[in-house]
Amino acid sequence: MNRISRLLAVSALALMPAFGLVPAQAETTPDTLVEAWAIDDIISLDPAEIFEFSTAEIAGNAYQRLIGFDINDVSKMYGVVAESWTVSEDGKTLTFKIREGLKFASGNPLTAEDVAFSLQRAVILDKSPAFIIGQFGLTPDNAMDKIKQTGDYTVTMEMDKPYASSFVLYCMTATVASVVDKKVVMEHEADGDLGYGWLKTNYAGSGAFTIKDWRANEIVVLERNDNFSGAAPAMKRVIYRHIPEPATEQLLLQKGDIDVARKLGSEQLDALSSNPDIKIQQGVKGTIYYLGLNQKNEILAKPEVRQALKYLVDYGAIADTIMKNKAIVHQAYLPRGFLGAVEDTPYSLDVAKAKELLAKAGYPDGFSVTMDTRNTPEITAMGEAIQQTFAQAGVKLEIIPGDGKQTLTKYRARNHDIYIGRWGPDYQDPHTNADTFASNPDNSDDAAAKPLAWRNAWDIPEMTKETQAAVLEGDAAKRAATYQKSQREHQQVSPFVIMFQEVEVDAMRKNVNGFIIGPSFDTNSVAEVTKE
Amino acid sequence: MRAVRRFLISVGSVIASFALTFLGLLAVTFFIGRIVPVDPVLAVVGDRAPPQVYQRVFLELGLDRPLYEQFWMYLQKALTGDFGTSVLTANKVIDDILRVFPATIELASGGIVIGTLFGVPLGVLAAVRKGKLSDQIVRVVGLIGYSAPIFWLGLMALLVFYARLDWTAGPGRLDIAYDYIVTPKTGMLLVDAALAGEWGVFANAFSHLILPASLLGYFSMAYISRMTRSFMLNELAQEYVVTARVKGVAEWRIIWGHALRNAAVPLVTVIALSYASLLEGSVLTETVFAWPGLGQYLTNSLQNADMNAVLGSTLVIGAVFVGLNTLSDILYRLLDPRVRGER
Repeated sequence: MNRISRLLAVSALALMPAFGLVPAQAETTPDTLVEAWAIDDIISLDPAEIFEFSTAEIAGNAYQRLIGFDINDVSKMYGVVAESWTVSEDGKTLTFKIREGLKFASGNPLTAEDVAFSLQRAVILDKSPAFIIGQFGLTPDNAMDKIKQTGDYTVTMEMDKPYASSFVLYCMTATVASVVDKKVVMEHEADGDLGYGWLKTNYAGSGAFTIKDWRANEIVVLERNDNFSGAAPAMKRVIYRHIPEPATEQLLLQKGDIDVARKLGSEQLDALSSNPDIKIQQGVKGTIYYLGLNQKNEILAKPEVRQALKYLVDYGAIADTIMKNKAIVHQAYLPRGFLGAVEDTPYSLDVAKAKELLAKAGYPDGFSVTMDTRNTPEITAMGEAIQQTFAQAGVKLEIIPGDGKQTLTKYRARNHDIYIGRWGPDYQDPHTNADTFASNPDNSDDAAAKPLAWRNAWDIPEMTKETQAAVLEGDAAKRAATYQKSQREHQQVSPFVIMFQEVEVDAMRKNVNGFIIGPSFDTNSVAEVTKE
Repeated sequence: MRAVRRFLISVGSVIASFALTFLGLLAVTFFIGRIVPVDPVLAVVGDRAPPQVYQRVFLELGLDRPLYEQFWMYLQKALTGDFGTSVLTANKVIDDILRVFPATIELASGGIVIGTLFGVPLGVLAAVRKGKLSDQIVRVVGLIGYSAPIFWLGLMALLVFYARLDWTAGPGRLDIAYDYIVTPKTGMLLVDAALAGEWGVFANAFSHLILPASLLGYFSMAYISRMTRSFMLNELAQEYVVTARVKGVAEWRIIWGHALRNAAVPLVTVIALSYASLLEGSVLTETVFAWPGLGQYLTNSLQNADMNAVLGSTLVIGAVFVGLNTLSDILYRLLDPRVRGER
């Protein structure tokens, strides 16, 4: 949507009080929860491939994973499909005892065979999230040997190194470790694809809800799973409607045509906050907003310049205006809630200090630089705010707008100067972000691994070694200390200006209770929703 | 006989030019699709895929081959209706289009019916009362329809008629309660509901359609009324009108019977083109009203670099545009004896 139409949309909504809006007559059915969201990121419903926000959430409600964690204290892990687990003497073999009596939605019993199959399948299919399990030395070639069913209800997984068990277990909480119904999936196998072609658009799980229907860019329908082993949800159906336009979502919510609006902007949230029929609920997510400074640019490669730019962002002002209700200031690569996350914020807007640093670097009058900016309203506004504060120290920032895939293509090819990025962790263990922000095993252009440090051409052999060593540290306290030290160093020297942590804010009708916004998207839960 | 043969030849040449235009369209969309600085692999594997997954998909998509080879492969497939698979929906692009296009046809058809029903009489009125107040009013109303952003008008319409007055249903094609009652046959809900005899669904679908269709109708009405006015002015200045008047033919018969009849010939083209532009141009309307049609499908594919889907839907829109144009050309030849003789 271009800026003019946005402006007009906002002014249209501003007129609403003048009409005395809005009477609520429409209501959704009492046993159906209707959510409006942008669900255009769905590309697959197969847990071995799911890697997007909305599908992660849907899978979280429709599939069970081996392990879960307490969303209020993520350090507390518990078994879901796994009843318990043991680690071998040498720390390289993990044995899961599978809970007995679980059933799939199909009515088939859930056994160790399904668990082993699901993990092997994810590794063999080798889709985007497969690396989460694969990083323990599992490959499509050895998956069948390393992951084994050893009894009706036991499964073992053999790893190449004695990884910290918390690291391994957190990976087992990810969507990719969801358990699928082997019998149902294999009934639909075609050309040895392990049922991939079918499961992309179908369902074979054991969660609180089944995935009944998905019409791309239109609707996802979940239906209560009557064979679910846990407490039966109160809702019979949960419907996600694709409503990409926030102003439209606001209207639908006010009218009562939907129960929950998931993609509102700051203006809509402000307007709704005084409505007595609506309540607003929020939860801190693991997603981080940052600037990546490409070290191939020789100006940005100077340590003083990197520091100076960190003093040239008005973190507080952006968080209070553009990102109001939707982000908090955060300046370390681990989001709060993660083991070892550092919460101090050493940087704030300090033009004098930045000028001093720039002079030291040899740029007393500043310099010119470009920034690739995704053309979503929030990122664009953030970019413009940063442009203004940069200018105060003479740094002339040229904004290059583009759509998501366009800017990303450039970023992945290391052709940017500065890039505004948004990064969500892949699983709940600190290694996920450490591995991408503080590790770069090979800085050459054709490197095999291309983490964010690589994308910004930041060559850090020492820090890489430390990061890779941290996953082998068995003592959680020591591990946390390692990450804290790493983050503080990272704050000082890295070419990343880490700025905010995202807050998910949803507006819902007053009568909706039990809607859970977890720390990650796959922990957003509708299983306990009731409507009065 | 000769006249018939000449007519057939001229129709044949129209069809040949349709085929050539279509081929050109195919080439242009393909090469633009390959030039844009967007990586189609990302659409398949997502932002965070490891390099080996990325590389595999790169090869699967045939992106390592020379461009002309890729185009040849694409051409062969496209001519059989195979536009490849959409990475966003995991379906064949052609199936996706067949699923979403009826929604757009339904919307645009509603729009063109409304636009014609109001546009033609208003245009006639304006022509007859040229320079008078009613002419001015029609022009101003038309001007607003032509220049106000459709996005803003849409939101305002929702605010007033859905949110405030509660006269119509809101965004989407159906209320949740009416979903899943009718099995799609044509994909056009009104038709499907009528075929199934589900009048509750029909009424609900109708109340969802009325706002966006009126909006599109208003948009095309502005254009149609303006063109009608100018065609009518042209006809009213002709000699036969003067002759008719002298012969004492009633004024209303001259206007509606003679002049409009002759003006109808170029009007067919205007309406056909207007219909085509509604089919392709309802992108914003579809977004505001959460209408799951081709416009929304195309926008979404563009944003996600789903190139197969982008190319497929661009081709369909292009084909419809060229097709309707061709059709109106043929109709033109059929209706107007003067053109029929020409080559």
